[in-house]
Amino acid sequence: MMNMRIPILKLNDTLIVSIQWELDDKTALQFQEDLLNKMHETTARGIVIDLTPIDFIDSFIAKVLGDVISMSGLMGAKVVITGIQPAVAITLIELGIRLEDVLTALDLENGLDKLQKELEA
Amino acid sequence: MEYRSFVDIYTEWDIVAARQLGRNEAKNSGFGTVDQARITTAISELARNIYLYAGKGRLEIERLSENGLHGIRIIASDEGPGIQDMRKVMEDGYSTSGGLGAGMPGVKRLMDGFKVDTEPGVGTTITATKWLR
Ligand SMILES: Nc1ncnc2c1ncn2[C@@H]1O[C@H](COP(=O)(O)OP(=O)(O)O)[C@@H](O)[C@H]1O
Ligand SMILES: [Mg+2]
Repeated sequence: MMNMRIPILKLNDTLIVSIQWELDDKTALQFQEDLLNKMHETTARGIVIDLTPIDFIDSFIAKVLGDVISMSGLMGAKVVITGIQPAVAITLIELGIRLEDVLTALDLENGLDKLQKELEA
Repeated sequence: MEYRSFVDIYTEWDIVAARQLGRNEAKNSGFGTVDQARITTAISELARNIYLYAGKGRLEIERLSENGLHGIRIIASDEGPGIQDMRKVMEDGYSTSGGLGAGMPGVKRLMDGFKVDTEPGVGTTITATKWLR
């Protein structure tokens, strides 16, 4: 299998990430690094991560996502997570994982709106 | 007759293969999307534990048919170091690897049946079952 990289798009001062396929551990960690580097290079202030196609999140991927959010916070950026499927929300809670203080929205469009409001506030 | 399939776990890629097998088996057994996610997540946790703590092992999936009930059984077995303190391992947040410590207690909650056979120095076999309602 090939190691895939998740594309990170830049739109004004926002980075947009759409995770389109199942994450293996290496790809998830690579994504973490790529995103922080991109933030540093571009001085983006907001990030939207869309998880619409993702049908499960285990504790490893949850940890990577949680770490990405904390690290982005340290670098002065806000993260909005969008498109969490009902089945994913249910299994995350049953795993005992609470993504507390995490900004979420139903879809990418709402996520971008929410981010804009957060950045203006 | 019971239908069984398995993935040997040696690398991180085998974790992906195991959960893909599990997701397909769950779908083909008639589980809905939420139970498919529960089963896939449980397999991912158990397969990763094999990879992390035992180095190698096997993730087996068995389709069950008992007394008119249908379901899926996950059997994760390894000949790794075994588990010393079962009580600690079942606590939320306990991890010896800097993980979230959500795997073992999480799998127990995600599935209907959960059993651990372990012996320090010999290995660990974890059996988790989900019934179709
Ligand atoms: N197959 C196994 N063999 C030996 N030890 C294990 C095994 N599975 C789990 N453990 C132990 O149980 C602990 C808790 O596991 P888990 O709940 O999955 O959390 P995490 O993997 O995040 O540490 C692990 O840190 C490890 O010490
Ligand atoms: Mg684990």
